[in-house]
Amino acid sequence: MNYYTPATVDEALAVLHKYDGRARVVGGGTDLLVETRRGLRRPFDAVVDATRIGGLREITESGGYIVIGCGVTHSEIVNDPRIRARGTCLAESCGVIGGPQVRNVGTLAGNVAHALPAGDGTIGLLALGGDVQISGSDGTRWMPARDTFKGPGRSHIDRQRELLTRLRFRPTGDNEGSAFHRVMRPQGLCLPIISMAARIRLGDDGKIEGAGIGMGPVGPIPWFAEPVADALVGAPPVQEHFEHAVGVALENVQLRESKYRATREYREAMIRTWLPVILATATERAGASR
Amino acid sequence: MSRLQMTVNGATVDIDVPESRYLSEVLREDLRLTGTKVGCAEAECGICTVLVDGTPVVSCVFPAFKAAGSAVETIEGLSQDGGLHALQQAFLDHGAVQCGICTPGLIMTAKGLLDRSKATGDAVTEQDVRAALKDSYCRCTGYQSVINAILQASGQDVRPYLPETQHPGIAVGRAMPNPNALAKITGSARFTDDYSFPGMLYARTRRAGIPHARIRSIDTEAARALEGVRAVLTHADIPGRNAHGVVSIDWPVLCGNKVRYVGDAVAIVAADSERIAAEAIELIDIDYEELPAVTDAISALQANAPQVHDERPDGNLLKHIKVKKGDIEGGFAEADVIVDQTYRTPTTEHLFLEPECSIGVPAGYDPADFGGMRDECAVRGETAKHDKTTIYVGSQIPYTDRDQAAATLNVNPEQVRVVATLMGGGFGGKEDIAGQIHAALLAEATDRPVKMLYSRQESLLVHPKRHATVIRMRTGATSDGRLTAVQATLYGDGGAYASLSEKVLTRATTHATGPYAIPNVKVDCFATYTNNVPCGAFRGFGVTQSCFAVESNMDILAGKLDIDAIELRRMNALEIGSETSTGQVMRESVGLRECIDKVEREIRDERFRWRWDEGHRRFAWGLAVGYKNTGLGGGAPDKATAEVEAWQDPDRGLVAEVRISSAEMGQGLPGVLAACAAEELGIERDKVRVLLGDTDFCPDGGPTTASRQSYVSGNAVRLAAREAAEKLSVQAPRESVKVQYEYWAPQTRPLGTGGDMHVAFSFCAQAALCEIDMRTGEVAVHKVIAAHDVGRALNPLTLEGQIEGGIVMGVGYALTEHYIQEEGTPWTNVMARYKTPSITHAPRIVSHIIEDGTSSGPFGAKGVGELPSIPTSPAITNAIYRATGVRVRSLPVDQDELLRAINSGAAEVELAWGDRDAIPTIQLGGEH
Repeated sequence: MNYYTPATVDEALAVLHKYDGRARVVGGGTDLLVETRRGLRRPFDAVVDATRIGGLREITESGGYIVIGCGVTHSEIVNDPRIRARGTCLAESCGVIGGPQVRNVGTLAGNVAHALPAGDGTIGLLALGGDVQISGSDGTRWMPARDTFKGPGRSHIDRQRELLTRLRFRPTGDNEGSAFHRVMRPQGLCLPIISMAARIRLGDDGKIEGAGIGMGPVGPIPWFAEPVADALVGAPPVQEHFEHAVGVALENVQLRESKYRATREYREAMIRTWLPVILATATERAGASR
Repeated sequence: MSRLQMTVNGATVDIDVPESRYLSEVLREDLRLTGTKVGCAEAECGICTVLVDGTPVVSCVFPAFKAAGSAVETIEGLSQDGGLHALQQAFLDHGAVQCGICTPGLIMTAKGLLDRSKATGDAVTEQDVRAALKDSYCRCTGYQSVINAILQASGQDVRPYLPETQHPGIAVGRAMPNPNALAKITGSARFTDDYSFPGMLYARTRRAGIPHARIRSIDTEAARALEGVRAVLTHADIPGRNAHGVVSIDWPVLCGNKVRYVGDAVAIVAADSERIAAEAIELIDIDYEELPAVTDAISALQANAPQVHDERPDGNLLKHIKVKKGDIEGGFAEADVIVDQTYRTPTTEHLFLEPECSIGVPAGYDPADFGGMRDECAVRGETAKHDKTTIYVGSQIPYTDRDQAAATLNVNPEQVRVVATLMGGGFGGKEDIAGQIHAALLAEATDRPVKMLYSRQESLLVHPKRHATVIRMRTGATSDGRLTAVQATLYGDGGAYASLSEKVLTRATTHATGPYAIPNVKVDCFATYTNNVPCGAFRGFGVTQSCFAVESNMDILAGKLDIDAIELRRMNALEIGSETSTGQVMRESVGLRECIDKVEREIRDERFRWRWDEGHRRFAWGLAVGYKNTGLGGGAPDKATAEVEAWQDPDRGLVAEVRISSAEMGQGLPGVLAACAAEELGIERDKVRVLLGDTDFCPDGGPTTASRQSYVSGNAVRLAAREAAEKLSVQAPRESVKVQYEYWAPQTRPLGTGGDMHVAFSFCAQAALCEIDMRTGEVAVHKVIAAHDVGRALNPLTLEGQIEGGIVMGVGYALTEHYIQEEGTPWTNVMARYKTPSITHAPRIVSHIIEDGTSSGPFGAKGVGELPSIPTSPAITNAIYRATGVRVRSLPVDQDELLRAINSGAAEVELAWGDRDAIPTIQLGGEH
């Protein structure tokens, strides 16, 4: 196996081209390499480490967005004061991935590209309405993160030929706040029972003016919960409406029982319990940012 | 091969390595910096943590070339100018080092935290430590000492936590770091995988992969033909006995006609590299006739069950163990209240963080033949010439390993030498033979040293676990709280081979009354063979299982009788003059009431409440007591031989060396044995050196099991030292003396014959403060208050480590651990699927020591290794009941089920995490 640490996007794409499907892009490699070692993935001939590409190792602000390069680790996101303040649910969601050592090398780009239905960082980014930038031989394009998911672990990004180079979101402004929560079990399964994130914007009348919700696992892909957001907009941010939003969420999700992780019923109970809590927290933060 | 440049501990590294290398491989293999350990290769356990540009990373999955151009720091780089780093010193002071395998990872993770806090100027809090070390696992310490050590190293005034104990002697009773702790905090301590011999080959085992089958044929031709393969061995190649076993010799070294569990070994390969060996075992073609499998203890005894061992006359019944005392019907007739409940406990895994490793070295091996350096003075290790077949292994029973390997090699035991290396945790899981015999066979077949290292995943699959049990327990008491009768039936799943099942489940049976005086007792236990992974010894040795049932019943009984749960236990507690279920009359050293009193005084202050609510969170205390025998007991000859050599050193005065083949697995044995010798010789402990476990140089200390080493080997060392001291007093001062002492523990009686079944018992009481989130069913253990009667605290520092680590293991038994098998195939096949408590689960522990000495113990000491993990789980489930009204009858607690019960108003939960079926109904008594 060959290991490449390209310094430019073009170099990275050239390696992918050269290996024609037999190379894999990694950020930290903490999912892909471990799974490959366990025999859960087909072996490959080359690794393209996307964390040393010039210009893609930092968090910047540009054009009204916070932009995160594909080399940025979860820890760097968690510790970034801008994201903590104005993309709180993303910092919170990246802060629970794996353990500290894994967060020190794992990247948000890897989390989103991996396309797991309950990727925590992904859920946080969805609630913020984030986009991803994809670079391929025919150029670079931005698309909403929510449109990249195809199925569990399957992405519309052609990961053998393209590179997820950047992520971005519009930071929360005045009257806006966000929050994330995840339910786990202490036993041997390191996957979330449910992860949820919310972004709330309050209008001058105190009612919810805008909302973004991310949830998973509630179906084959991480869910950008538009119906839930729609149900919240225009309503006052009170428990009664939060419970209505829970009802809308439950009508739209396909909750499953997953072996040794959670029953369908438990997942539903956790949505009923925690969705109102994170909505209330996001609202409170929105109020505090006035 | 490509050029890799980086700095490691400040030094420039510039080497050619394959690009597929991980950082841990470069450190350990290319740079021989073996202080960095590998525990799982899954990014789960964190013991391989190093710093890359100041950031902690798990080196086992960190591509080496990702570190190109970076600064890497490992444990070896921590000491500067010969002085210890503050973290190293603090780990030493706080006793935060036990087996030592995870120590480098803990320290390096902590260094990342301290360096960051130095940079930011923020003080380190306990919460910071818990967050930073969330995925840095330790199976020994229970984390409290680790937290305290890190806080101290960050510059805070945190003293080592030490319970109050008797006034110390010159050595005994003094809180001191274990003698090997220094090597463990600097990275110089060597575990088996850290050894590397010139010319060494690498071995792998081809395992059955199916739970039950007849072998039609084995074809090894393709494997043998693979370049780089030096030997492929099957049952046909075994010169001697093709079986091993600690109690019964029923476990094939290499299966020839049948496989009985997925981990059964069918063939072994030695090759030039691990990769080639791994490839070769896949090329072995085995034709099986699959057989139906039996995978639970109760089905195993049904008439039509598949038979695991064809030749056994009793079908799958391994042993029916019986305890009977008094008149059981009369006892229940006398009772005003009877509690009759059935419980279930899970199969659990030791998860010692060092996977098994053995190195076989052939007789006549000379490192010089392979270009290595030979040291004429060396007696151990890679530079020595080896006269006989030698096995390097971290094993709990070196002499038995020697004898078993010799039987298979068809040589006299004296022609085999076992060198015990440091052991990265054992907890009972390193008593059975693992790769020792295989490594020796391959070494002799290839005439080269051969290393047999198990991957974490293989370790999970192969070694014996803690028995899953189903226990029905009927407890009767009069209305004033006097216990009149206990009847119980236990089914224990022994898995495919006998291992220590008979002994373990005997202990479950004899301890099934709890530490109470009960006049009428009948207990039946059915130990069975199944096609599951074998079960054997595991800290608590069966008592952990029965204690869960006993102490749950006691709380239910207290509720029914409306008697305080503490009082009910106190009034029935064993005391001097009372008789155990097996007819042993207690004559001394029964500190149970004192333990109960101590815990009660601590929790029952003026603000004490059994339970309270804070919003949706409920808090409650739960209590349980426990006891555990010291030593083998039951009539088994229990002895240890120690050698003590003492001489005058021109600079240091009188010094001594203790030699004994007993196992140090992190429990602190060398310090305890050194203290016993030093006390008798009248010198400080650091003037005594301890050499453990080399069958050519150290006499047999017996197995390290049954909480016996401090007592049995402690006595042997003490008496040898006493004799040495006497000789020294009458001879010329310049001469050295060497004394061997064979110590026999007092004779015990077999079960069923009455009298003293055991030489001593240790006792404890534990109270757990738990929080239950009524919205989610999540359970947290905030605090455990404990009192342990250990006879005498020989070294309070390492004793406290045993207690804290044992309690946290008990937390895992209650809340996190279940080794799940599906029709004989482990679902728990990776570490990610088996969670032991992390630092975030570890409660605050307040520990009291009771020293109700036993006259036959060294300085009054009794065993303590297993005791602390025994009552923790029922203390937790009793707290859950008090908080929620839900009785948990099956472990580990499942938050999903608990929430359902809370919401539906159900009175109990009988499905644990990982259970698919309800607890079966079993009859009391019965025959099979």
